Amino acid sequence: MEAPQAVHNEANKYRLQKAKNKTVDTLYSIFRYALVIGISFIIIYPLLMKFSVAFKAKEDIYNPTIYMVPVHFTLDNIKMAMEILNYFPLLGNTMFYVILTTLLTAASCALAGYGFARFSFPGSNVLFALVIMTILIPTSTLMVPMYLHFRSFDFLGLVHLFTGKDGVNLLNTYWPSIITSATAIGLKAGLFIYIFRQFFKGMPKEIEEAALIDGAGGVKTFLRIMLPNAVPPMITVILFCFVWQYNDTFFTSLFMSEASLMPIKVSTLSAQANQLIPVLLGVGSGSNVKADPNHVAMIIDTGILLAIIPLIVLYLIVQRYFVESVERSGIIG
Amino acid sequence: MIGSKLTLSRKRSLLGFAFITPWLLGFLFMFATPLIQSVKFSFSKLTVAPTGYELEFMGLANFKDALFVDAVFNRILTQSVSEMALNVPMILFFSLFSATLLNQKFRGRVLARAIFFLPVILASNAISAAESAGLINLVGDASAVNEMGEGSSDYNILSMVMMLREVGLPASFVDYIVQAIIRIYDIITSSGVQILIFLAALQSVPGSMYEVAKMEGATAYESFWKITFPMVSPLILTNVIYTIIDSFSGSPVTDLIFTTAFKTQNFGLSSAMSWIYTLIVSLILLIVGLVLSRRVHYN
Repeated sequence: MEAPQAVHNEANKYRLQKAKNKTVDTLYSIFRYALVIGISFIIIYPLLMKFSVAFKAKEDIYNPTIYMVPVHFTLDNIKMAMEILNYFPLLGNTMFYVILTTLLTAASCALAGYGFARFSFPGSNVLFALVIMTILIPTSTLMVPMYLHFRSFDFLGLVHLFTGKDGVNLLNTYWPSIITSATAIGLKAGLFIYIFRQFFKGMPKEIEEAALIDGAGGVKTFLRIMLPNAVPPMITVILFCFVWQYNDTFFTSLFMSEASLMPIKVSTLSAQANQLIPVLLGVGSGSNVKADPNHVAMIIDTGILLAIIPLIVLYLIVQRYFVESVERSGIIG
Repeated sequence: MIGSKLTLSRKRSLLGFAFITPWLLGFLFMFATPLIQSVKFSFSKLTVAPTGYELEFMGLANFKDALFVDAVFNRILTQSVSEMALNVPMILFFSLFSATLLNQKFRGRVLARAIFFLPVILASNAISAAESAGLINLVGDASAVNEMGEGSSDYNILSMVMMLREVGLPASFVDYIVQAIIRIYDIITSSGVQILIFLAALQSVPGSMYEVAKMEGATAYESFWKITFPMVSPLILTNVIYTIIDSFSGSPVTDLIFTTAFKTQNFGLSSAMSWIYTLIVSLILLIVGLVLSRRVHYN
C-alpha cells in the first residue's frame, strides 16, 4: 500500500514544480516585454512626435486636446521645410559627398589594414601604435593647423614651384574631405583601419601562400583573394562611415561652412526658418516681422525629419547586416 | 638591378610598406604635421595674413590665459569631465543589460534590435544643434513658456527621492539613481554602438558552456556572473574607451575650442585649450586602461 502512494506524491510534486517553472517563465517574459517595449518607446518617441508634427496644421499647435494624431492633416509643413532647405538638390549634393568620402575611406583603410595585418616591416608595430594614437587624440587639437593648411594648400611646395603663388585655397570645396579620406586619416579612420586589421589577421595564412605558389603577386592576392573574402568588415566600415559622414558637423563646418550639405543646413535651420517663414507666408519681410515661434519649431522638427528620413530608409534596408557584420568582422576577440 | 637581388622577406616588407603608403602620407601631412604645428601655435600668438599666417612666440601665456583668465574654460572642462565620469558607468551598465536582453530568444527580437540600434544612426550633432536652437526659439517667447509648463508631465521626481531616502539608502546613491533616471534618454541614445559590440561578444560565447553550467545546476544568475561576464570582459575595456572618446568628441569643450578659434580668432589660445584638453583625456584613458586591463579576463 505504501509504494503507490509514494509514486503519487512524487508525480504531484513534479507537476507542481513544472507549473511553478512555467509561471516563473511567463512572468519573466512579461517583464522582458515590458522592458523592451518601454525602452523602444523612449527611443522612438521623438521620432513619432516629429512625424505627428510634420503632418499637423498650424492651428493644431494651440489645441491642447490633440495628442500625436493631428486633426487638420496637411502637407504644408513638409512643403515649407523643403523650400527652406532646398531639399532635393541638397540631398543630391550630400549623397554625392558622403558616398565619395565613404568609398575612399573604405578603400584606403582596407589597404592600410591589410598592410598592417599581413606584412612585418621595420617599424610596423610603431606605425600601428600611431594608428591607435590617431583614434585617441581629439580632433579639436588638429583643427586650427588643418584649417590653415587647407586655406593655402601646398603639397611639398609644388604649387609654389609651378605657379609662384602661395598655395590654393581649398576651403568650401570637397577637397579637404576627399584628401583626408583618401589618405585614411579622415573621420574615425583609425577605427576602420583597426577593424580591417583584426579581420585580415584572422584569415588563414595558407590562402595567401597558395596564391603565391600559383604565381599571384601581392597586389593581385589582395584584390582577387583577400578583398572578396572581406565582405563583413567592408559592410561594417561602409555602414558606419556612411552614417558618421552624413551626420558629421565637425569637419563639414570647419572646412565647408558654406557648402550646401545636410548637416550644415540642418544645424542652422532655426535661423533660416525665422527669416524665411514670414516671406513664404507672404506676410512680408523685414526685421520687425517675426515668425510665430511655435510655427518655427514645427518647421524645424519637420526639417530634421526630412534630414534623417534617408538614413532611416537606408537603415531599414540594411539593419540586419548591422549585427551580423560586427559579429563576423572580428572586432570581438 | 637591385630589384632582382631582393630576398623574399625584403620584397614582402617593401610590399607591406606600399600598402600602408596612403595612410603614411596622410599621417605625416594631415596628422603629424598639424599636431606639431598645434604645439607651436599654443606657445605663440597667431595672426592670420591674407596668405598664410605669422607667429609670435609668447611662452606659456596662452596656457595661463586658458586656465586662469578665460571665464568659462575651467568650468566647462570640469563639467564635461565629471559628466563623463557619471555617464560612462551608466552607459556601460545599460548597454550590457540591453545586449543580454536582446540576446535572448523572444518574438519580435528582430524588431527590438532594429529599434535599439536606431540611436546609432540618429546620434547627430547637427540634429541636436537644430533641436536645441528650436527649443531656445520656443522658450524665448513668453507665451510659449506657459504652454510648455502646462505640457510637461506632472510627474514629481522629488517624491521618489523622498521615498528612497525613507527606505534608508545612502544619499549619494539615491542621487546617482535620480541622475540616471533624468539622463535616461541621453544614456539610451548614446549606447547604440556599445550594445552592438556587447551583443556580438555575447553571441561569440559558445552555447555549450551554458549547457554544462545548467546541467551542473547553476542558476541563470550564476551563469551570467561566472560565464557571460568573464567572457565579455575584454569588450568592457573596449567599450569604456569607446564611450570616453565618444563623449569627448562632441563635448561642450570642443565647441568652446571651436568658437575661440573661429569666432574670436584667438588661434593660440584655442590651441592651448585643446592641448590641455588632450592631456586630460589621455590621462583619463591611461588610468582607465591600466586599472581595467588588470581585471580583464582573456581566453
